[in-house]
Amino acid sequence: MDYILAGLVGLFIALGVYLLLSRSVIRMLIGMTIFGNGVNLLIFTSGRVTREVAPIVPWGQSVPEGVIANPLPQALILTAIVIGFSMFAFLLVLAFRAYQSLDADNTDTMRLAEPKDAPQPPLSY
Amino acid sequence: MASPSTSPVDTTGAMIEMATPLADWVLVLPVALALMGAAALLALRQINKAPLIGALIIVGVIIACEVQLLLDVVANGPASMTMGKWFPPFGIALTADLFGATFALVASIVTFVVLIYAEADRAEADSKDAFHSQVLLLLAGVTGAFLTGDLFNLYVWFEVMLIASFGLLVQGSRPLQLDGAIKYGFLNFLATTLFLLSLGLTYGSVGTLNMADILLLAPSANPAAMAGIAALLLLAFGMKAAAFPVNAWLPASYHTPAPAVSALFAGLLTKIGVYALIRSLVAVLPGSRELLEPVIAALVIGTLLVAPLGAIAETNLRRAIGFFVIGGIGAAMVGLAIPSETGLAGSGLYIVHAILTMTALYMVVGVIEKVTGQTNTRKMGGLYAKHAPLSVLFLVLVLAAAGVPPFLGFWPKLLLLEASFADGVAGEGSWVGNWLLWSLLINAVLTLIAGTRLWAHVFWRNGPEGETSEHVSSTVLPLGKRGQIGLGAVGGLTVAIILLGLWPGPLMANIKQGAADIVDPSRYIAATNLAEDGK
Repeated sequence: MDYILAGLVGLFIALGVYLLLSRSVIRMLIGMTIFGNGVNLLIFTSGRVTREVAPIVPWGQSVPEGVIANPLPQALILTAIVIGFSMFAFLLVLAFRAYQSLDADNTDTMRLAEPKDAPQPPLSY
Repeated sequence: MASPSTSPVDTTGAMIEMATPLADWVLVLPVALALMGAAALLALRQINKAPLIGALIIVGVIIACEVQLLLDVVANGPASMTMGKWFPPFGIALTADLFGATFALVASIVTFVVLIYAEADRAEADSKDAFHSQVLLLLAGVTGAFLTGDLFNLYVWFEVMLIASFGLLVQGSRPLQLDGAIKYGFLNFLATTLFLLSLGLTYGSVGTLNMADILLLAPSANPAAMAGIAALLLLAFGMKAAAFPVNAWLPASYHTPAPAVSALFAGLLTKIGVYALIRSLVAVLPGSRELLEPVIAALVIGTLLVAPLGAIAETNLRRAIGFFVIGGIGAAMVGLAIPSETGLAGSGLYIVHAILTMTALYMVVGVIEKVTGQTNTRKMGGLYAKHAPLSVLFLVLVLAAAGVPPFLGFWPKLLLLEASFADGVAGEGSWVGNWLLWSLLINAVLTLIAGTRLWAHVFWRNGPEGETSEHVSSTVLPLGKRGQIGLGAVGGLTVAIILLGLWPGPLMANIKQGAADIVDPSRYIAATNLAEDGK
């Protein structure tokens, strides 16, 4: 199972990087999401994949019975998913607004901040 | 069977049973105040002037808390407060040492000045946008990142900072800003995702994310895996700090928002990247840093040399200042390559200097853009005759950025030169020290050339480029009442830079002690209550 998950993490990250190299903002967004999910899966795997149960303490006892699964990576992954999703939502709206007002989904044509035909630097002084 | 209310298990070793001492609250108060203040100001934004006054009061209280915290750390060594009663590494710890406390204090002072300046600068200063609460959110993220003692907590503060900076960057939503925000947004989000990736690997390797705990456990982990993690951290924080090969997002985005926002970003955001690099590579993973030393040195030298060349070739004034910021990052990263006490003290002092100087530079450029109505240096000129104080401020700040003696920028450069001299020429003659020594000197000269060229183009020349008239340009606007406030804010920061340059003793002593704590982390570990476990 660990090997399958490790392969999946690699596949997700490779796919994410491939899509991030695209010129289209929407593809970059999808790449970002896939990359983020690969990372989330990696955190999940880092807690060691086991068949054990969740660490629920039975009524009347102060420690769980038997072997338990590590709950910490699941807390980490939960935080990371929420944050990643909010960032994705913001970037999606930003991409849409940029498409509306710049009329560009292609990063090659988004040159307002860095004009392509900028003049030579001043040569005086 | 024990009743659920009485616990038969002894938790004294794992949980803090007594109440948190009142003095420890100064650690968490700055962050909590900024977060709650942001929420309150969001609700109050319809009331005239309430956001400004509220924000100034809240930042003032935060400054008071951080002064108290700094005094506490100076007197008693690093301080730590653990959340939720669990001892570290289980509870999330906020840990402040001298570096973190000093930077947090300087950051909040700069935020205070920018809040005043923003009133002069923002065209929409009277509008009911959420500017002030976003500034407070940004400050919360920055302060949290400086004071945290846990790597995952650091990731969360990075994201708080990131979402607040997104909001500030697109405020006003001119097409130019949207363009800059796309590049800023994607690359910074990618950097934090890479940081998260290295966190997952760290947890898998050592089973903890508390910085002091990693420091204790890392030597027994697989060195190859730890070196890979350190390399990923270097890439992630390098992107955040805009170090040489991954700096393209900074000149693409920092000139697009309002000058007050640019100033705030330049002062706070990239410095967090350098601080995180020093904290994670030098203080937490020193073994892995040694393996990566040639790479780090190459990155630092590249940043030092390429950035001022970019500034020389630039015609847009704020973009040129953006390259100054990157050059400063190169200097602040020298301590990463030479982690001696002097080198780290130089880096720490340079971060303080850069927070003050880069913010002031963007603010003065905001005033210049206001009176000329231009962003391009080719179309400026003749400002010297009309606005002499402005020209003096700009020149002083450029000289401070280059590290000319009477100003604060000189002392960190001196420390860094001393450290690289000791490592290269006087020490074992390593190439790292020699190359860094020359790069620092060349960087200073190139920065001086770039800065004085800008000064000559904007102030000395009679009018816009190509103008043949000997008469002084008439297109320069007068400085309004709001402009005067802005100029006053810049003047205040500049006076601080000069005073700290003339009297650097107390600050330098603090930073040197902080650097000593990073080189020998025993006091830091003791503060987090991990030492007595014998791990």
